[in-house]
Amino acid sequence: MTARPQDAPVLEIRGICKTFPGVRALDEVSFNVGKGEVHAIVGENGAGKSTLMKVLAGLHAPDGGKLVYNGQEQSFTSPLDARLKGILLVHQELSLSPELSVAENIYLGAWPTNRVGVLRKKKLHEDARAALQALGSDINPMTRVGELSIARQQMVEIARAQAFNANVVIFDEPTASLADTEKAQLFKTILELKERGRSILYISHKMDEIFAITDRITVLRDGKYQGTETTAETDIDKITRMMIGRDLDAYFHRAKSAPGAEVLRVEKMCSSDFSDVSLSVHAGEVLGLYGLIGAGRSEVAESLFGMRQIRSGTLYWHGEETPFPKPRQAIEMGISLVPESRKEQGLVLGMNGRENTTLPHLSAYAQAGVMVHSREMQTYREYVDLLDIRTSGPDQLVATLSGGNQQKFVLAKWLCGHPKLIILDEPTRGIDIGSKSAIHKFIAGLAEQGLAVIVISSEMPEILGVSHRVAVMSEGKIVAEFTGADQTEENLIAAVSERRNVEAPEEGSAERPPVDARAVMGGQG
Amino acid sequence: MDRSSAVIALVRRHGLIVAFLIFIVLVSANSPTFLTVGNFLDVIRQTSITGMIALGVTFVVITGRFDLSVGSMLTLLTVVVVDQHNAVGPGLALLFVLVGGMVLGAVNGLLIGFIGLNALIVTLAMLSFLQGLTLLYSGGANVNIADAQSWFALFGRGTVYNIPVPVLIFLASAAAASFLLRKTIFGRTVYAVGGNEVATRFSGINSRWTIFLAYVLSGLATAGAAIIMGSRVMGAQNTIGQGYELTVLAGVVLGGTSLIGGSGSIWRTVLGIIMLGFIQNGLLLLGYPYYVQWLVTWFVIIAAVWIDLGAKRGRLFA
Repeated sequence: MTARPQDAPVLEIRGICKTFPGVRALDEVSFNVGKGEVHAIVGENGAGKSTLMKVLAGLHAPDGGKLVYNGQEQSFTSPLDARLKGILLVHQELSLSPELSVAENIYLGAWPTNRVGVLRKKKLHEDARAALQALGSDINPMTRVGELSIARQQMVEIARAQAFNANVVIFDEPTASLADTEKAQLFKTILELKERGRSILYISHKMDEIFAITDRITVLRDGKYQGTETTAETDIDKITRMMIGRDLDAYFHRAKSAPGAEVLRVEKMCSSDFSDVSLSVHAGEVLGLYGLIGAGRSEVAESLFGMRQIRSGTLYWHGEETPFPKPRQAIEMGISLVPESRKEQGLVLGMNGRENTTLPHLSAYAQAGVMVHSREMQTYREYVDLLDIRTSGPDQLVATLSGGNQQKFVLAKWLCGHPKLIILDEPTRGIDIGSKSAIHKFIAGLAEQGLAVIVISSEMPEILGVSHRVAVMSEGKIVAEFTGADQTEENLIAAVSERRNVEAPEEGSAERPPVDARAVMGGQG
Repeated sequence: MDRSSAVIALVRRHGLIVAFLIFIVLVSANSPTFLTVGNFLDVIRQTSITGMIALGVTFVVITGRFDLSVGSMLTLLTVVVVDQHNAVGPGLALLFVLVGGMVLGAVNGLLIGFIGLNALIVTLAMLSFLQGLTLLYSGGANVNIADAQSWFALFGRGTVYNIPVPVLIFLASAAAASFLLRKTIFGRTVYAVGGNEVATRFSGINSRWTIFLAYVLSGLATAGAAIIMGSRVMGAQNTIGQGYELTVLAGVVLGGTSLIGGSGSIWRTVLGIIMLGFIQNGLLLLGYPYYVQWLVTWFVIIAAVWIDLGAKRGRLFA
């Protein structure tokens, strides 16, 4: 498994930049990938890994920089173009058409046809069979893809690499939904590709996998290149430091209040998206809910607010057992949910700031069903002043406001009902660092006024910076809870990745084994 | 916003009005009767039936949905009011029709709001269902009101200080509908559901009820239109409301209420319906046959949805 990276770089990435509205996703990223090398790309959520892969696979065009592939500068116009030139992305979410056959999927977009455009089925099947056999797979190319297990579907994607003679194969979190034996098979296939001189880019959160199969590791942070290490000469601690590497306490504000009486407690809450979730939050306390995207955090928040059906569980509100509310009742009890997506879930963009602010509390602004304009205006003015919202007046549609001011109206809408508990789901997503700091300060202020606060975030520094206590979610369960000195990035990473490694759930099974004791560590209270 | 989308926005806001004014000028130049008080009152009176229906449909359209069943609902309810007038007298007939309209609207509202079926399909199916029901009820025969002196004639034929009663009913209903839409909690939720249904549900509002009630109002408004229609004709044929659903929709969008939902108003609908009335009236005065209005309906609906979409995506072409 020795790499020979230096002598013949297959792919050179030189100063690649990519900017999305408001976010610099990739900032002058440069490194190279050798022939026959397995190269890991690591970084926190939002570090730019997926964007980089999409640039390499032709899904995004870079704004700046060069891709040098086999010694020639290249630009890919589409995923098919990249694939035909020899770079193939195996998606995190598989990108196969379930209704088509294995062979049709392998050659999707490049089916062999005769002169009048009729599909040459026999050639298609023979070629597909050859590609699969070269990887040691016995999948029948005529099977409908929808009938295959996730692992075998992944094999079909990898067979594309063989079929298109791809020199570079990119894997984006390939083991996320694989069982252990399937994982072993995947690693064997990857080494097989390596033996044939292919280069592999491997994105994963799981350090053990990375150290098991890669030759070198490149670290990204906030879209910037942090360095490339030879796997054999480095260790997990060093890589983790490179991934985090920033001064945390410099710009975070943690509430100075001490937690008071318990406001909300749920026990063994189960739904189709999570199971056995137990948590509590106290007045004046900020509870952080950390986890990767898809871990079930938003689902938990929406269930507490009544937006989702739960199957079982008990809810205590100020110590009293209470049925799980519907959104209307949740609002009346004093639960506010600032949802993840401002434009889709937070605001009615075609309404003005005043109408958006009062929307969850209409009956408080009405007499016998008729809206009282003066009451609405009073609240509107109060919160425009309080949150320093910049608008041209009460009639300005929120669609025409800046993102930051829109977010402030979402806060206004959920604060003007004077809640006891406020749940903020990814409150700083897509917001620049200055505004983030203001929001963190604001969150601390809420807790200091005696509100119970739950903050959901996939940004580790943020969650550690603002929370008194952090609960970690992974695959629909709370796997650990940390407080005080145990509240560290290392512990959070360990809790998320251990959980993922301990268990490799059978695909499609709703029931999952209980929390592994090893994953629950650190202080429990 | 670049220039092309600014132009689209301008066209969206004022384009149809400008086109309408040009049309008015062209017709007045060719027809001396067009711009007279008599003709004006005629047009308003003729539009009161489509106008009544459009008041209810406006609520549905602002929630971002459609009601294509109002045409055949108008037919059925007109047949019923006329027939029941003969059977149980005008008072009970009015009651039956008003309740019946709300019940039919409630069926649409139940299927669309609470069960979540597609509004276009549900109301299109209802259109067919009510056509069948009308024929089952009437047995295919036209009905006429036997007592020509009935006070029921007031709704379609009466005048107060020379103003036709149907016009008064239409304007009073419009004022009530406008109050409901602009000033009440219900009205606010109608805009919210049409603007962003997900965010509305996240605000603790039961969007299902809002949608349900919008369809009930649509049914009620259609019942009002059926009363005027029955009273004006003092009879009913089995095809009397045919095509009204699209004429009404054309009037609503001509006023500038967006078919995407979330915006619009009653006064816009009133304006749109009256404009449409003038267009039809003008075409008749210019000597075109009455069925040319259906071509106009096509033009108005296509232009409105196109401009709407153009404004949304910032360009007119895909």
